[in-house]
Amino acid sequence: MVRSGRIGAPVAAGLAAIVAAILGCALVVHPAASFPTQANAKEEFLRVAGESGRPGGRIVVALRSEPKTLNPLIAVDGTTREVISAMQADLVHINRATQLTEPALAKLCKVSSDGLRYTLTLRQGLKFSDGHAVDIEDVLFTFRVYLDEAVHATQRDLLIVGGKPIAVRKVNAQTVVFTLAKPYGVGERLFDGLMILPRHLLETAYKEGKLAQAGALGTPANQWAGLGAFRLKEYVAGQRLVLERNPYYWKTDEQGRRLPYLDEIVFLFVPSADAQVLRFQSGETDMISRLGAENFSVLSRQARDYTMADAGPGLEYNFLFFNLNDLGEKAPAEMARKQRWFRSEKFRQAVSAAIDREAIVRLVYQGRGAALWGPVTPGNAGWVNARIAHAGRSVDKSRELLAQADFRLMSGENGEPRLVDPDGKPVEFSIITSSSNADRMKMAELIQDDLKQLGMRVQVVPLELRSLIDRVTATKEYDACVLGIVSFDADPNSDLNVWLSNGGMHLWNPSQKRPATDWEAEIDRLMEQQLTATNTSQRKKVYDRVQEILVDHQPMIFLASPDILAGAKKSIGNFHPTVLEPYVLWNVEQLYQRNGAENARR
Amino acid sequence: MSTRTRLLVCVAVLGALHLCVACAGFFAPYDPAAQDREHPYAPPARLHFVDAQGGLHLRPFFYAQMLRAGSFDIYEEDRTKATPVTFFVSGAPYTVLGVLPLRTHLFGGGDTPVYLLGTDGYGRDQFSRVLFGGQVSLLAGLIGAGLTLSIGLCVGAAAGFWGGWKDEALMRVAELFLALPWIYLLFAVRAFLPLAVPPLKAFLLVVAVIGAVGWARPARMVRGIVLSAKERDFVRAARGFGAPGGYLLRRHILPETAGVLLTQAAILVPQFVLAEMTLSFLGLGVPEPMPSWGNLLASLQHYNVLVSYWWMYLPALAMVPFFLGYLALASLLQGSAVEYKIEGASSGV
Repeated sequence: MVRSGRIGAPVAAGLAAIVAAILGCALVVHPAASFPTQANAKEEFLRVAGESGRPGGRIVVALRSEPKTLNPLIAVDGTTREVISAMQADLVHINRATQLTEPALAKLCKVSSDGLRYTLTLRQGLKFSDGHAVDIEDVLFTFRVYLDEAVHATQRDLLIVGGKPIAVRKVNAQTVVFTLAKPYGVGERLFDGLMILPRHLLETAYKEGKLAQAGALGTPANQWAGLGAFRLKEYVAGQRLVLERNPYYWKTDEQGRRLPYLDEIVFLFVPSADAQVLRFQSGETDMISRLGAENFSVLSRQARDYTMADAGPGLEYNFLFFNLNDLGEKAPAEMARKQRWFRSEKFRQAVSAAIDREAIVRLVYQGRGAALWGPVTPGNAGWVNARIAHAGRSVDKSRELLAQADFRLMSGENGEPRLVDPDGKPVEFSIITSSSNADRMKMAELIQDDLKQLGMRVQVVPLELRSLIDRVTATKEYDACVLGIVSFDADPNSDLNVWLSNGGMHLWNPSQKRPATDWEAEIDRLMEQQLTATNTSQRKKVYDRVQEILVDHQPMIFLASPDILAGAKKSIGNFHPTVLEPYVLWNVEQLYQRNGAENARR
Repeated sequence: MSTRTRLLVCVAVLGALHLCVACAGFFAPYDPAAQDREHPYAPPARLHFVDAQGGLHLRPFFYAQMLRAGSFDIYEEDRTKATPVTFFVSGAPYTVLGVLPLRTHLFGGGDTPVYLLGTDGYGRDQFSRVLFGGQVSLLAGLIGAGLTLSIGLCVGAAAGFWGGWKDEALMRVAELFLALPWIYLLFAVRAFLPLAVPPLKAFLLVVAVIGAVGWARPARMVRGIVLSAKERDFVRAARGFGAPGGYLLRRHILPETAGVLLTQAAILVPQFVLAEMTLSFLGLGVPEPMPSWGNLLASLQHYNVLVSYWWMYLPALAMVPFFLGYLALASLLQGSAVEYKIEGASSGV
């Protein structure tokens, strides 16, 4: 049994991130900047490695939707978080390229031997983007706000460990200590994404209980500040958001020049993927990410003055799952009958064995992806269980498994095979999937054809995403579903809410009061174990076992993971897409225009 | 060429086109749902009569298409082996008009697939899908038009013949239907149906909706003719001799509407085919993998398909001869009706 307190910590944050990822919101971008000022001796800069750029210029990037807010406390969707990541900074940051933590606003992070205390020392001379000095009170204020239940910050659950909020104590003018009730497996990764807030701008709103209203998109540029590479310049509703260079930014390049290089970054709101491709082709935008494989091929073939990059399999895993919810006695007889099939492990294993994953990679991703047999993608090399077998498609094995579960193959119309259950009823069910995601629609139709060879009649039902999520998590009115999740971090804890039986994203049977099966109880126990283990190899061993259980019992039939595909004009320097979000803007402060002066005139 | 001859030619051409679609199983080389996963987005096969050595072949042949190494949608012809097109080959089972089970297809390529109009993203033969898709789209158009005209005839005749408040009420209802946004009506109807609608039910739903909302215009036309006809001398005479209302309608008045109904039918069928295509294009028609002309064009909603695979436009061309045929038929029917009336009027004098 999992206690809600301990697990609850990352759960909600995980949920928010996963939902945002599923919703497919996203994009982000960066920078702008004018004349990088030289480092001031009193400021403790973070010197970053990489190609030295030239200052000036701007880049234009398309977002699929407008960010909802500039306030990190209430940011949920991907687009909003990506824009905020260009404007704010955290104490410790996960480097998206190495997937390891590195110092950010905190120059030092010491962990006590028992794993319960984190001592963080702030850099000297930090200033918000409005020029106001940062002190330790800003850090204390930030965590007070995050932990205040009345604020409903999305990050609050991240800061509840072992059922207790993290205690924050000031040691001196530069140092703060975080004390945890129990060791926390993720270590200092915990601090990634917890943006330090400007107390001088928000304290009044906090005291008046109006913090959630702060940071609306219409906020005047001089009333909003952060510690990120860029600051707000202009927002035109429905059209664009313009950020300008933060002249007080705390990072320098290897030559000691203050970053970011760019003067400006312009986010255009372009709602469809195809329209984004057209804008990129026409030169209206400088970078593009979240490209589908087919659009990537179109752009690659044209080979104009842009660089197309395939960063390899990302952290998105797509899967098929069946409705294993306990629907009680009120369930319609037909649904109850179908659930008897779905609950049969042999049935699920048979379906899994019949799916041609290689064809999915080839036809859906044009080879720019990886077939999946477990939940961890090849893009997450540190956590993938290499022992999981990559069994090829086998219709014979499927038929054997179905026969063992007393399903029979009959001859139907036109001599087509027809599968019937032990009661002689034909095996027919529907697969719902998101109508806005062409890739998953295609996967569902390939599965439909694969299962036809087993005699199963499957109908693919495209649904609007919110309606689909509602059916899966609330009304439970569906047979099977093809969906995908994008993990926001390589660490297993990012998907805690998916694997725990009480998790809201435990999609096949969410929010269970007690684990419905023994193997789900074991996953709960193992996930809790890895959560508090401080030894990475021990955590890996435990998480490997979780992956094996998932593969053995097939509550989710894992299908494929797409590569992260992106493109940028050749004039953009330091363009190095990664498999972690934000894919192309993670190093926004280092991006630069090779032809800066010319670009500035656009 | 007289109007009658032209009419016959037009009907013969339309009949031939419909026969091709009705016997799609015979003319199509493959099952329209069969996926050839080794040939996604294969371009149309090129038929040759002259081989690489300059030799002339009376029987057309083609070269197998092979994916270029490292590519997922660029094909090259394998010129080392020419495959002749074979006729009357045995292949996937099908039924003609839903009753006659057969396996013989007009042509095929043996072990090497021949895709005359290329394939879609699943490697399905576009040519077969266009033929089978026509069955759905044309049938929806024909049944929809039949339904619309039946309702229109009943309502128009009742309103015109009985007049008074019944006429008023029926015509106001007709106006309401004219103003109805049918596509939203379909969305609403679809929302009340179960999650997974079987293909047949989806088809009937589409037909019912497009048929049920289109009756108002023919009803108004029929009403006009009935209003006029019931005041004609021969109708008055029949009434004077004590003929009952039903007899008058059946024997004297409704025959007057035949010309309008036929012309309307010829106009409505392509309109309703287009309506079915619109619905399927939007994903509200018959579900995949069943083809219809609408869902064959649905992939063109994606930019990469638009710019990369020109043969995905071809299904749009398939409907052109049908539409031209029907519109020519409507024009000829209208002309012949006018001709008939003029001749009738002259002989009457």
